[in-house]
Amino acid sequence: MSASPAPAGRPGVRRRGIRSGEAVSGWLFVAPILVILGLFLAVPVGMALWVSFSDWTGRGSPFSSNVNFIGVDNYAALLSGGGLAEQDFGTSLRNNAWYVVFVVPLQTALALLLAVLVNRGVLRGRGFFRTAFYFPSVTSSVAITVLWLFLFGASGAVNKLLSYLGVEGPNWFSDPRGIVHNLLALVGVTEGPAFLTGTDALGVSLWQWLAGPSVAMFALILLAVFTTSGTFMLLFIAALQNLSEEVDEAAMVDGASSWQRFWRITLPQLRPTLFTVLTLGLIGTWQVFDQIYTGTQGGPGKTTLTPAYLSYTSAFGAQDWGRGAAIAFVLFVIIIAFTLLQRWVLRDRAVSKRRMRGYEIPAAAAGSAIGAGAAVASRSTDGTGNSGKDLS
Amino acid sequence: MKRTPQWIVGGAVAAAAALTLSGCGGSSFDDEAGADQDGSAPLSILIGSSGDAETAAVKEAVAAWSEESGTDAEVTVASKLPEQLAQGFSSGKPADVFYLSTDLLAGYASNGSLLAYGDDLENKDDFYPTLVESFTYDGDFYCAPKDFSTLGLIINTDLWTQAGLTDADIPTTWEQLASVSQRLTTPEHAGLAFGGEYARVGAFMASAGGGLVSADNTEATANSDANVQALDYVKQQLAAGTFSYAKDVGAGWGGEAFGKGLAAMTIEGNWISGAMQNDFPDVKYRVAELPEGPGGKGTLQFTNCWGVATDSANQEAAVELVQHLTSTESQLAFASAFGVMPSIQSAAEDWKSENPDFVAFLDAADYAQGVPTVDGSADVITDFNAKLESLKSSEPKAILDEVQTNFEALLADAN
Repeated sequence: MSASPAPAGRPGVRRRGIRSGEAVSGWLFVAPILVILGLFLAVPVGMALWVSFSDWTGRGSPFSSNVNFIGVDNYAALLSGGGLAEQDFGTSLRNNAWYVVFVVPLQTALALLLAVLVNRGVLRGRGFFRTAFYFPSVTSSVAITVLWLFLFGASGAVNKLLSYLGVEGPNWFSDPRGIVHNLLALVGVTEGPAFLTGTDALGVSLWQWLAGPSVAMFALILLAVFTTSGTFMLLFIAALQNLSEEVDEAAMVDGASSWQRFWRITLPQLRPTLFTVLTLGLIGTWQVFDQIYTGTQGGPGKTTLTPAYLSYTSAFGAQDWGRGAAIAFVLFVIIIAFTLLQRWVLRDRAVSKRRMRGYEIPAAAAGSAIGAGAAVASRSTDGTGNSGKDLS
Repeated sequence: MKRTPQWIVGGAVAAAAALTLSGCGGSSFDDEAGADQDGSAPLSILIGSSGDAETAAVKEAVAAWSEESGTDAEVTVASKLPEQLAQGFSSGKPADVFYLSTDLLAGYASNGSLLAYGDDLENKDDFYPTLVESFTYDGDFYCAPKDFSTLGLIINTDLWTQAGLTDADIPTTWEQLASVSQRLTTPEHAGLAFGGEYARVGAFMASAGGGLVSADNTEATANSDANVQALDYVKQQLAAGTFSYAKDVGAGWGGEAFGKGLAAMTIEGNWISGAMQNDFPDVKYRVAELPEGPGGKGTLQFTNCWGVATDSANQEAAVELVQHLTSTESQLAFASAFGVMPSIQSAAEDWKSENPDFVAFLDAADYAQGVPTVDGSADVITDFNAKLESLKSSEPKAILDEVQTNFEALLADAN
């Protein structure tokens, strides 16, 4: 906002007259929200930041005289302490990273698929399906977690279903084995190579980093995909309804199949929404807490421990408030870093010369040689270009 | 960028507001000695209740004291006790009297939140010495044990007789336990199922003569030979299928496995009586002491105390209230209301005659071992629990070595 050009464009001349009181009243109007935000957002964040650099023990105010500044000790214990604190933090990052790796692509893909399905004119009872798919999102996550605990119990409905298929289901929520390790075990690999088992990062061996989500975490991954896809489906539906049909029709005239139209026409136009969905997904998944708190409490074998939950237990359980706050800030940095990375990956790029060459009409091949493919390709560039212009 | 100055002004206002606010917070809690004393200030009592029976019993006992002493007192039930305690301490206005678990004692004692009143109690020599040890930090007896529990062997008598076993077969050694458990194991149910965690498996370590830390919580002894022997034994039996973890038979805890008939025996504490009465009233069972291991008899005990806050405005009345709540009379009333065991020795005989079926739990008080109370031990035990879950496929010595390292680190920090 501050970057928008000032309305009074004459440099050196101060605005006077009828508009002179505007700024004051403007500040007056935003004052309530500034105070509220400051009180409930800025001050607590500032206090937490201070706590993460202090030895506050949870008694009295963190600003009292007997609380000392201890520099980066809390952060050092997490990132290079060599003790249990570092190990726990490493484990929680490992668990959450796998959770993100599975949940974000799955929920985005599923949400997009559902949106495209219910957005089609031919589907009967669209309203019903839209509501049905959205339903898990409006249900309380605590209720769904409890439901999940029953469904995925040792003798629960999921295992019953699997048994009809002749598969003996695992004891989901008490199985700490990583699924990547399990897959490797199927081909006979049960011990990692020495350079993986012998090298540690954040107190966890590389072999353990590669273990994959545990079976228990995988059940939670399914839970997250199940509950959040509906919300993101709504975003995609809204975006789909905004797309102009002419572009699609033009592609149809050019002879593009529906598959080609989806990939080359629809999807590029959805990029802003895709960015939103991925960002929200990334933030949400790195902060996963409720399911852990109500469902597994970090077990089995600490394989569902996440940084958010660890921050909570460090502070409220172990009375180590500095460490809990430090975990929260490291998590914050991780989320910001991933969001920036993703922004960079999804940025609007000028079409590269190599790709551009495909769209130019080769001088040698005249008229009839130009196939439908090239025409479609040129249309898709239009799509990309348009969305780029809209953004800037 | 003409607007920048205004943003700076806004930021400055916000910063000033923040500083003022935090300044207010800071000034009033600086004094180390605790709050000014006022002999007539009302007391607030914060408890984490197991249910209506406990709440009603505590309220009744507190009301009786309140009437007698003329000091107002109000009981609040916390849904999340550790959180509500933490909020109280950080605001400088904690509850005056509250339940406190052994794993939180060291943290709150070391930051000065707790009043060390134990030695002022008239009945301090009546408490079981191991309980007093659990609530002693740095040589000071901080708070009075409220009650306690021990682990015992719970046996389903119907399944027991079906397997052709008699009273004479009640196991008294590890070997006998393994053999009866094998006889009781059928395709429908496990012989013995218990939670795969230190709070159950640790009983075997105790009866092997081991323990995670020394009795006075100053030395790590996690990877002692006795502990290795105990875990080896449990691992062997798990692998042979004679013992099972509750989770492996599809139950949340040992009591559930036992009540649902998924296991013929379990290892649980005296709280099982309440669970059986409420959830599985038809299951007949009896309680025996845990069998002896190579180190003799051994079991674990769990306890809470009545903490008193340094910041309480009426410490004298708070200690008086605790005195009342830990008296023989009150403790027996609590025992009959919600099935706990009194923390004082003089109430033992009365309790045994009132609860003849659970005598084994109280008999175990003579040799029961407390859980570690070093500051931060809860984290180490959580980590240990995580490793115990996969005991069947791990090397006991390696697990215990890691626990040893973690405890050594804690003790190095504490000293």
